[in-house]
Parts: sequence; C-alpha cells; structure tokens
Amino acid sequence: MHKDTVGSKIVKWLLIGISVLFVFLMLVLPLITVITEALRSGWEIYLEAITDKYTVKAIQLTLFATICAVIFNTIFGLFAAWTLTKFRFKGKKLLTTLIDVPVTVSPIIVGLIFVLTFGRQSLLYPVLQELNIQVVFAVPGIVLATVFVTFPFISRELIPVLEAQGTDEEEAAALMGANGLTIFTKVTFPHIKWAFLYGVVLCTARAMGEFGAVSVLSGHLRGKTNTLPLHVEILFNEFRYVPAFAVSSILVMMAVIILIVRSVVEYIGKRNSEDVR
Amino acid sequence: MKKRSVRVIPMFGLSMGVTLAMLSVIVLIPLASLVVFTAQMSFSDIIETLTRERVLASFRVSFGTAFLASAINAVMGVILAWVLVRYDFPGKRILDGMIELPFALPTAVAGIALTSLTADKGLVGSFFARFGIKIAYTKIGITVALVFIGIPFVVRAVQPVLEKLDPSFEEAAGVMGASRSRIFRQVIFPELAPAVFTGFGLAFGRCLGEYGSVVFIAGNKPFETEITPLIIMSELQEYDYSSATAIALVMLITAFLILFLVNLIQARNTKILGR
Repeated sequence: MHKDTVGSKIVKWLLIGISVLFVFLMLVLPLITVITEALRSGWEIYLEAITDKYTVKAIQLTLFATICAVIFNTIFGLFAAWTLTKFRFKGKKLLTTLIDVPVTVSPIIVGLIFVLTFGRQSLLYPVLQELNIQVVFAVPGIVLATVFVTFPFISRELIPVLEAQGTDEEEAAALMGANGLTIFTKVTFPHIKWAFLYGVVLCTARAMGEFGAVSVLSGHLRGKTNTLPLHVEILFNEFRYVPAFAVSSILVMMAVIILIVRSVVEYIGKRNSEDVR
Repeated sequence: MKKRSVRVIPMFGLSMGVTLAMLSVIVLIPLASLVVFTAQMSFSDIIETLTRERVLASFRVSFGTAFLASAINAVMGVILAWVLVRYDFPGKRILDGMIELPFALPTAVAGIALTSLTADKGLVGSFFARFGIKIAYTKIGITVALVFIGIPFVVRAVQPVLEKLDPSFEEAAGVMGASRSRIFRQVIFPELAPAVFTGFGLAFGRCLGEYGSVVFIAGNKPFETEITPLIIMSELQEYDYSSATAIALVMLITAFLILFLVNLIQARNTKILGR
C-alpha cells in the first residue's frame, strides 16, 4: 500500500479534523457557554445565584431523589443480575426485556403513566387519600419517576460481566458449604465491583439530570417539588439567564466529575481484566 | 446441554422474589394502569385525538427531525468511531471521553446552552444569521438538539464492532488493487452496517421521546416546531388524560417496534460475529 500512504495520511487528518470540530461545536462549546454565561456578571452574582434559598432547596431535593434511586436500583440490580445469570428458568428472556423497558419510554410518558397510576382518576387514589399520601405533584412522585428512568442502569452493567464469568465458581463454593451471602461477597462481588461502580455512576448522572418525567410529576412548587433541572427551566423561562446558567453550572460540574470517574473506572476495569487473562 | 435437576447455588427463591417485586412496583403496575386506562377509552375517541391537525403536525415535526438527526448521527458516528479506533493522535482519550457527555449532562442544561449558542445573538447563531439562517426556534434547532442527544448511541454501537474487525481483510483487498473507497464500501461497510443500524435505531427512538433539550430550542410554535412529547405535556397540564394517553400510545408502540427491530438486527449480528 505504498502509493496510498500520502493519500491515507490526508484522509486520516481530515477525518480527525472533522471529528474534533464536530465534538468541539456540538459538545464542548455548550459546556463552555454554560460557564461563561454563568460568570458573565461576575463571581458575586454567581455565588448569590447558587446560594439562593430556592437553589439550595432544589439541590437538596435532587440529592434526595438521586440517593433514593441509587439505593433502590442497587438492590434491584444486584438481585436481578444474580437471578438472571446464576439460574436457569422459564421466561428469562421476557424478564430481561421487561427490565429494559424503562429506558425506551419517553420521559413525558413516564410522567403520564405515574399520573394515571396515582392521580385522581386512579383506582389507587381513594386508598392513598385514606393514608394521606400524595404522590402526584409531590416528592414521592419525583422519587418514583427518578427510580423508573434509572431502573435498569445498574443491572445492565452487571449482567454481561456475570454472564461471562459463568456459574462454576459459585457452584464450587456452594458445594463446599458456603451460604448465599458468603458466595456473593467472597466469590461473585470481586468480579463485578468495577462494573457495579460504573453502573452507580451512570445511575447518579441520569437521576440528577432527569427533566421530562419529573416535570410532569412536580407541581413546580418552588422550594417544595423543584429539582435542579426544573429550577433551571423556571429561571430560564423568566429570562433570568445568569442565575439559570449559574444553577446549570452545578450540574455541569457534576457531569464532568462523572465523566472523569467513568474514564478512571473503565481504565482500572480494563487493566484488571487484562491482568486476569 | 445437560439438564440440571437440582439448583446448586442457593437463594434462587429470594432473589427471584425481590427482583419480581421491585419490577412490579416500579414498572409493571404503572404500565398496567396505562393499559387499564386505555381499555376504558373508545376507539373513535382515540382516532379523533390522533387525527387532529395539530397532533398530526407534531408527528411530522417529531418524526422528521428525529430521522434527520439520526441520519446525521449515523454518518458522524461512523467517522468518530473510525477515528477513535483506527488512529492515534494527541487528545484521543479526551475525545473518547467527551462522546459520553450527552449521557452525563442533564438534558435541560444542554437545551438552554444550545439555545443561547444558536439564538440570533449567540456565538454560533450570529454567524449563521449573516447568511439568513435561523437555528434556534426552528426545525434546524430541534435537529441540532437531537444530534447532541443521539451521537453517543451510534459511536458506542459501532466502536466495538470496528475494534473486532480484522484489518488483514482490508490489506488483502488493498494488495489485490482495490481503491480505498472501494475497500470501505465492499469490505468494511458490510461488516459495520448492522451496528450502524442499531445505533441509528437507538438514537431515533431516543430522539422521538426527547423532551428536555428540545423544549427550549424549539420555540414550540403550534404546527411548526411543536414536538409530540410537548403536546402530551400540554394535554396533561389541562388534565385531558384521554388525549394524552392516546398520543402516548402511538409513541410507545413506535418505540417498542424500533426496539424490536434493533434486537432482531443485533440477534442476526451476534450470529454472524459468533461464526
């Protein structure tokens, strides 16, 4: 391929150029915009915006919903991955498909189905009223929507790793008399810890940023049912751009941290799996 | 395959029980309530809702922009995946990491950032305004937002296939005198095609339902830049749950169909790869 070397070099740098330009315009520039717009009126205004009473409340609610989602989906992810990879049973394919349903549903439709389940026209509504629980336009609705949109994030990372690992080690441990918990903590978990951490990171990212589903279920009550992304929307629609971008910058920082953690986890995970081989 | 009559590993009942219980509470019961609610609606009402001019216009906007954005992403995704797998250059790891940004950045933040960039006074918008092209508050703006949302789907679908592809086939074709473009068309692309379609399908499905990044940049003018999820949202705000459900059903069925096709392609693809 001697004759091609000059030509292929041109193609190479052309393609790299296109890629870098595309990523810069589509991905990097929006990030930079958030930061520059947030700091447009100086640090003082910025600090004022992010320490605003309603912003702090929104941060608290976002963190609460995120923590709930991570805990719930961790429990689900571990059990579901264990069930699906360590046993044979009928309907396994169906179960796998059902677990993946939440990611294919549009966020607005997620909101809709929870409104239909817990709203005024629902069969459950009288029961909920009796118990004095409000789901729609209240914190429980926001938490439910957040859990729903991140539902398969952890199990999805664990299943391929456990699938590849097989069941021999667990069977050996079981035959030697180890109980389920011991098998899981001593045999299974060391294999999946990096995949698990990555799943938690993805779940956190998505949970913090969820907008559409939460938007349907929140009554947009400032200080009560407003998460960070919803707070950004309100500020932006009120033409208060500097505070809107200031609040966004918090989410951007979290996104950047998540990307870095992701890269590190992936790097360590890859190195470890190469060591094993 | 040998059949095991005894399960050696413990905790099957417990873990199956927990899995099904959690799945039911979060996914199955809410989805069932959608089915129950739909069953109470009359077919003619559903048709009446779906054939409203404004709803039909929103379908055209949503499907059109999602298709265009996914097509752009299919091309850019292949280029990006190719560059990331085949070439070495400074900053490659950063480029690779940045691809994941649309997954990590909240859609609302992406929405307002893209809007202020592409508005007439924005950095990118003012450049295009000189040529009389408006981006924000038009269908172009919606497409831009959807390109942002969809790009990782194609790159992450194509990348692993490209990594597994043996360069010796290309070399063989080159030695036999095939031109580079012919090698790409006849040797590389047939291997990549299923992955590209998978990425395209996933991006298309995601773009159809996308709400957060689009509402800010779209301008939401009825009949022109109003997307279907926004129509569902406004029906919900008016407590018209029947109309919202009817429109949502169309979107849900489309999403499931896309997923089904993607799974079909992937199943065929793994058969080929496992050969």
